[in-house]
Amino acid sequence: MSTHEPVVRVEGVSKIFPRGNVVALQDIDLTLAPQEFVSLIGPSGCGKSTLLRVIGDLIDPTAGTVTINGKPARQARSDHDYGIVFQDAVLFEWRTVSKNIALPLELLGWDRARRKARVEEMLELVELQQFGDHHPWQLSGGMQQRVAIARAFAFEPALLLMDEPFGALDEMTRERLNLELLAIWQHLASTVVFVTHSISEAVFLSTRVVVMSPRPGRIAGLVEIDLPSPRTAETREEPRFFELVTQVRELLRLRGEHLLPEEEQLLREAAE
Amino acid sequence: MSPRRSLEWLPAIVVFVSAIAIWDLAIRAFNIQQFLLPTPGAIISSFWTERHTLWPAGWYTFKEALGGFVVGSLLGMATATVIGRFKVIGVAILPLAIAANAVPIIAFAPIFDVWFNPLSPHSKMAIAGVLCFLPVMVNTLRGLQSASPRQIELMRSYASSDLEIWRRVRVPTALPFVFTALKVASVLAMIGAIVGEYFGGSFNALGVLINSDANIFNFERAWAGILVASLLGLALYAAVVATERVVVNWAPEYRDS
Amino acid sequence: MTNASVRRAAGRSLAVLALLAALLVFWEVYRWVWTSAGWTWPFVVTDTSMPHVWTIAKAFGQPAQVNQPPLITVLLHKALFTAKEAAVGFALGAVIGFTLGVALVHSRTLQRGFLPYIVASQTIPILAIAPMVVVWVNPKLPSNLQGWGAVAVIAAYLTFFPVVINTLRGLQSADARALDLMRTYAASRWTVLWKLRVPTSLPYVFSALRIAATACVVGAIIGELPSGLQSGLGGAIINFNQYYSIEPQELWATNIVAAALGIIFFVTVVAAEKVIVHRAPEVPT
Repeated sequence: MSTHEPVVRVEGVSKIFPRGNVVALQDIDLTLAPQEFVSLIGPSGCGKSTLLRVIGDLIDPTAGTVTINGKPARQARSDHDYGIVFQDAVLFEWRTVSKNIALPLELLGWDRARRKARVEEMLELVELQQFGDHHPWQLSGGMQQRVAIARAFAFEPALLLMDEPFGALDEMTRERLNLELLAIWQHLASTVVFVTHSISEAVFLSTRVVVMSPRPGRIAGLVEIDLPSPRTAETREEPRFFELVTQVRELLRLRGEHLLPEEEQLLREAAE
Repeated sequence: MSPRRSLEWLPAIVVFVSAIAIWDLAIRAFNIQQFLLPTPGAIISSFWTERHTLWPAGWYTFKEALGGFVVGSLLGMATATVIGRFKVIGVAILPLAIAANAVPIIAFAPIFDVWFNPLSPHSKMAIAGVLCFLPVMVNTLRGLQSASPRQIELMRSYASSDLEIWRRVRVPTALPFVFTALKVASVLAMIGAIVGEYFGGSFNALGVLINSDANIFNFERAWAGILVASLLGLALYAAVVATERVVVNWAPEYRDS
Repeated sequence: MTNASVRRAAGRSLAVLALLAALLVFWEVYRWVWTSAGWTWPFVVTDTSMPHVWTIAKAFGQPAQVNQPPLITVLLHKALFTAKEAAVGFALGAVIGFTLGVALVHSRTLQRGFLPYIVASQTIPILAIAPMVVVWVNPKLPSNLQGWGAVAVIAAYLTFFPVVINTLRGLQSADARALDLMRTYAASRWTVLWKLRVPTSLPYVFSALRIAATACVVGAIIGELPSGLQSGLGGAIINFNQYYSIEPQELWATNIVAAALGIIFFVTVVAAEKVIVHRAPEVPT
């Protein structure tokens, strides 16, 4: 992978959902450099999840193009260039934790020995070594998400798409998983697109925060996060952290308007 | 079985023993005519003494039921698989198939006898098969259609083909549904075979035997025959449940142990 | 009814008619292919084993026996008779099943004690015990209920099982947090039952009633067989079965009416559910 060629290039992407004529995204331009950690943040209905899915070629844009590693999004998907994590873990109930992590590897045709080795690596990475033979329902929500993350990183994709992966967890688990995620990110030198509702999470994790606003969905502003790396639990207590959080919050308040409940509902339905 | 598990069976055993005791007492006390309901003792003794007649007859009928169960269920699963590949057809057919399930198949028993020699086991197998086909087909279809959209989205992010999605998501999701239907079908198969025999069948068959015993007022053996039929139906049901435990060990019902 | 639901209903009726038409066409095509090719598997196709569609249709309009009303009229009367048995059996079985479910939900011990036998009861072939039920029940009934009353009991026997099982499941399916809430109101068991458990159980109960709708018709027809009742469809089946080699179309006509009866019961329950619960039936599991 070349060093300065953008990993993700979003150009003029618009998405209109026919039902309700909802303009979920309008003319989005965004470029991601390698190894960036970019958060998408905004109120409900600003299109952040939609944008994530357009990047992942899970939704077709109405206009505009998405290029990943120089390829069109569709090809990037068939070439398995990215991994994805959803808000709920989306594990397969009928597979053990190990087999869940192994799923993409099976699909990629890895042989058994290689799969086994990689699964063990990933279990260590997310600190679930004892739980390989457990079934998903035997694990807590936080543990399930760690399995989902292990699965997403299992084949070491260069790009990771994450849709509010920690949204359903309590704050303490969230903060712990944030640190784990950063460690994995740096260890594997991936690029991450991270959708979140939480301003402090966005600032804590990212190198850059993209603030979006709804009606229609568009980019309201960008905030470069110049906090030192690697981030630690103490980073949340630094003055610069609060400044950045405030900056993002102001941007949200000024540009992020609030939707009427009916519009929110329409957007939510359209996104499903 | 652990001591705790065996304790769970205690109430059922108590009920069973009490029921038998009450049954026996009631018959003696109220002098209920023996031809309606013999004492449990009489039935058991007939069950034992006539076992050389009853069990072969039961086995004969059981084979009819088993054959119908296997063929009907396999056909049901196959049909559902084929229909399930074409989403539009599946959605349209499901309510119709559910309504078709409301047809009393048993009314067609005499016609099956005409088609397949009434003395041959095939006519009863056909009834059992038809009875099993619909519930299995309906439930398999429903199971295949109930895969979580998120899981399918995940598979699409891996650029999986439709066949892979079918194999890795839809089929495992459908399994609990299939087994629910198989449990129902296992009971229906035996009953279908016996009811089919009412309209005529080989003298080797249990249903015919029970019927003729009732007609000549040999109620002890008739009830013993019913006991055999019931046990065989339960055996098939238990076999399905045991298989389910192994295949679907991840299902919610087995979690809280 | 909204425009969309009217359109959906029209679409569905069209689909049903199309399916029936396809079935008739398939029937005749199958007949033609098998008779031309002379195949004997799975069974030999003759005018007796597979009468023409129009033969059966014509049979509806003609009397089955000399000096009798047309077959369709006769069959409709018999269908009504069977329907009466089925409906009473349905009501009886539903009430008993629901009551049993309510009785069992409060005690795991009772459940463990009785559920295995409730399940096992369904493995007893009702046809075998039907004659005994008939002989036992009939004398206990007032004379105007005799005969068909026993058949209704048999229909109830087939009905109560799905209702018990599903009522129990439904009553148990109340959210644990909702139960806790009721606890904070110091609600009595009775209150919890009627204000929380029963409403929660409705989808499950209706799912069972849909199965029961079919079961009661089957039970009624089967119950009539050993009772020797001439007035119902079961009696017609036995009758026409005897004449099958001469007049096969009459048995077919009877079966068509029986099938229609089963479907009508089922559709009625589905419609009732829509009205009572104000929404489409849940997918039963």
